[in-house]
Amino acid sequence: MSKIHVQTTINEEATEFLCEPRESLLEVLRETLGFTGTKEGCNDGNCGACSVTLDGVLIDSCLMLAVEAEGKSISTVEGLANPEGLHPIQQAFLEHAALQCGICTPGFLVASKALLDHNPEPSEHEIRHWLAGNLCRCTGYDKIVRAVLEAAQTVRASA
Amino acid sequence: MSAGNGYKVIGTRPVRHDGVDKVTGRAVYGGDTRLSGLLYGQVLRSPHAHARIKSIDISKAQALPGVKAVLTGADLPKTGDTIVDLGEGPARLKYMSDNVLATDKTLYSGHPVAAVCASNVHIAEEALDLIEVEYEVLEAVLNLREAMKEGAPQLHPDMTTQEFGEDTGRTSNLATHFQHKLGDPDTAFASADVVIEREFNTATVHQGYIEPHNATAMWNADGQITIWTSTQGSFAARAQTGAVLDIPVSKIKVVPQEIGGGFGGKIPIYLEPIAAMLSKASGQPVKLIMTRPAVFESTGPTPGSHIKIKMGANKDGKIVAAEAYIAFESGAYPGGLVGAAAMCVFSCYDIANGLIDCYDVVLNKPRSFAYRAPGSTQACFATEHVVELLAAELGIDPLEFRLKNSATTGTRRIDGVVYPKMGCKEVLEAIRDSEHYKSAAPSGPNQGRGISLGYWFNVGLQSACTASVNNDGTVSLSEGSTDIGGSRTSIAMQFAETLSLDVDDVRAQVVDTDSIGHTDVTGGSRVTYATGWAAYKSALDVQAQMCERAAQLWEVEVDQVAFEEGVFSSGDKSYTFKELSGHLDETGGPVIGRATVNPDSGVGGSFAANIADVEVDPDTGKVQVLRFTVIQDAGKAIHPSYVEGQMQGGSAQGIGWALNEEYYYNKDGQLDNSSYLDYRIPTSLDLPMIETIIVEVPNPGHPFGVRGVGEANIAPPPAAMAGAIADAIGVRLQELPMKPSNVLAATQASEGQAALAAGG
Repeated sequence: MSKIHVQTTINEEATEFLCEPRESLLEVLRETLGFTGTKEGCNDGNCGACSVTLDGVLIDSCLMLAVEAEGKSISTVEGLANPEGLHPIQQAFLEHAALQCGICTPGFLVASKALLDHNPEPSEHEIRHWLAGNLCRCTGYDKIVRAVLEAAQTVRASA
Repeated sequence: MSAGNGYKVIGTRPVRHDGVDKVTGRAVYGGDTRLSGLLYGQVLRSPHAHARIKSIDISKAQALPGVKAVLTGADLPKTGDTIVDLGEGPARLKYMSDNVLATDKTLYSGHPVAAVCASNVHIAEEALDLIEVEYEVLEAVLNLREAMKEGAPQLHPDMTTQEFGEDTGRTSNLATHFQHKLGDPDTAFASADVVIEREFNTATVHQGYIEPHNATAMWNADGQITIWTSTQGSFAARAQTGAVLDIPVSKIKVVPQEIGGGFGGKIPIYLEPIAAMLSKASGQPVKLIMTRPAVFESTGPTPGSHIKIKMGANKDGKIVAAEAYIAFESGAYPGGLVGAAAMCVFSCYDIANGLIDCYDVVLNKPRSFAYRAPGSTQACFATEHVVELLAAELGIDPLEFRLKNSATTGTRRIDGVVYPKMGCKEVLEAIRDSEHYKSAAPSGPNQGRGISLGYWFNVGLQSACTASVNNDGTVSLSEGSTDIGGSRTSIAMQFAETLSLDVDDVRAQVVDTDSIGHTDVTGGSRVTYATGWAAYKSALDVQAQMCERAAQLWEVEVDQVAFEEGVFSSGDKSYTFKELSGHLDETGGPVIGRATVNPDSGVGGSFAANIADVEVDPDTGKVQVLRFTVIQDAGKAIHPSYVEGQMQGGSAQGIGWALNEEYYYNKDGQLDNSSYLDYRIPTSLDLPMIETIIVEVPNPGHPFGVRGVGEANIAPPPAAMAGAIADAIGVRLQELPMKPSNVLAATQASEGQAALAAGG
């Protein structure tokens, strides 16, 4: 199958790749480009482990074809931290022990950042509603929700 | 940060040492493995629940461009009748091998029959469609009670029932029948003032870990095999793979990658031998990642059950006799989890007379495996139901009734175990003293509260640790326990505590099977207990060697060197640990502490309890959890945040098991809900905050008093939910899951009876 040339932006870096039309964005991120921080849990849009943002919109990268990334801007978990340090959401997850096995964590972090970008002061219910598309089997969500509540405060304080 | 209780590190809440890697996406999980020349594998699975494989034609798949190798069960070594124990108890090797790739028959829909590797995963998928398998479809049996009947379709024509330790010579789907008996239950029941008997059914459920099974293997030209995988036990994976491939373990190195959840389901191997064989055939490394439907169809599930509980008590509220009939699915192959259920079914109570009658049954579902306190949840759901009914019949408060009958030090369980110091009563008292329990129960329409008590016995098994002291006084700690929930940090904390070091100066890493002594699986809530013990012992070994170095430097006898609060001293001379570490090169080179343990005798079981408040929607039968508290005896909480995390996670899983989760097979024996959307584990929106109360009744069998906390917490939630639902709608359900349709049907039946009674 011949490949298609795609020009896109990933974590603010201009990026080019070749992919087959049938390859998902998740597959290209992980296998072609090496962004293995984005995880595969179900490959059918049910678990949210592969969450990324596309032009600021939260999506499951397993449900999007890689060729559709043409001209778009994608953010993954690898883009959250910067040389100055971790993003407040990452720091809050560490301090609240909001991860156990950690496989769902990149998806939760990306989804939580997308939430705070939309809604800097979410209630507990709003957080639970927003994150319902991200499954975690280890934590029971308690510490995740608390971490997002605290991260929201930190982000607001530094804004 | 101070820990109190005289501890400096234990009881504090440091950021986990692998945390930054996990929040930045840098941690390498099994599926993230990348190697030069990597090929991608896929597995073809049987669509039939029960079929004879008449032929497999792989020629068209082999001819597809990009396909590098195709494998069937015929390519695996013939295993004969060997019995092996590879981390899960004794098992017939042929069963293990046939579960990796079927040979003569397929025994469940999803049973692997062939595998392919190709230059990319899509070509491998296309190749699967080109493999032609001719099946003779056989009648299947997927219902536990049907499978036990005479004349039921038989899975293994050569499998004979083992009864009370003897081979009966009778072929059937009943693999094993055994009993435990204590005292004289018949006489005790005859003397009891109240006897209550009920019958229960629970559905097959899955562990539901988010990371699918995976394995990457490279079979080198010199015959050495490296396997990168997400496993709960790298040594168990090595042993099982070696056995299936008939290769000595010395030829195999298992590199445990980060693991995305297991809960018992990643103890068995599935893909490792396939990846190795495909690599051998292709000469290149091969990676396989299971699809999500395959994870549900082919791995894990924990048994559905049929349980009868009979308990008798006197008017003064003492339980005098108990009897359990427990039949468990073991899936396609024998060796299920009913033995563990027997150890848990009456484990919370001090009962002098009892009989536990157990059945392990094969049927056309995937081979059952452990799921967090395996067997305890089903048993707890049944027993706690009858306990509540007894208390009601006797007019005694259910919590008081439990306290009156609580197991305690010296209690002899019906299966013979005598309890050392245990925290059962303390956990019950923590319910009584909790703010949640003291607060008014929810009193709105269709609201209610329930409580429950559960148990897991925990295990010890083998662990190893080595500790290299660096010349700046930091320590590199190597261990073999794969870390699923932050255990590297709790191991480092126990090491640091022993030598009064800063926890950040001890970095624990999980290393491969060539780099550490044999370490058993991360299961049975054993890691913080047993590997923690190995860390403690390796620290003592470091301490002894460092004392020798100090003696050498100060030219004194070693027994004249003292070590206290992180300082070595002799007379007026002293060195901190860090200072002395700077002198290692001049006193004989590096110090490496080491320890191996097998501390089975010191294991301390853990009790867990719940208080649950719910509201039932009378129109749909949907149950909403309003408030939920989990209480558990940790012995000593090394890192309280991760103890709480275990308690909350087990609670969430137990709530899912209680309210929704089940395997739903169609009439052809195919799983109809093999996606997360349809299997439907709890989401963040389904749950409230989960309140935790850690009880600490130190385990006298561990240097720091640790009891494992990973498992007991999943046992009580279904029972607590059943109690809360009963309180809300007046009907106590005897079936799991208590899904909306079951709750609604129970409500309507109850209303119908009430209307009849009123009308009559």
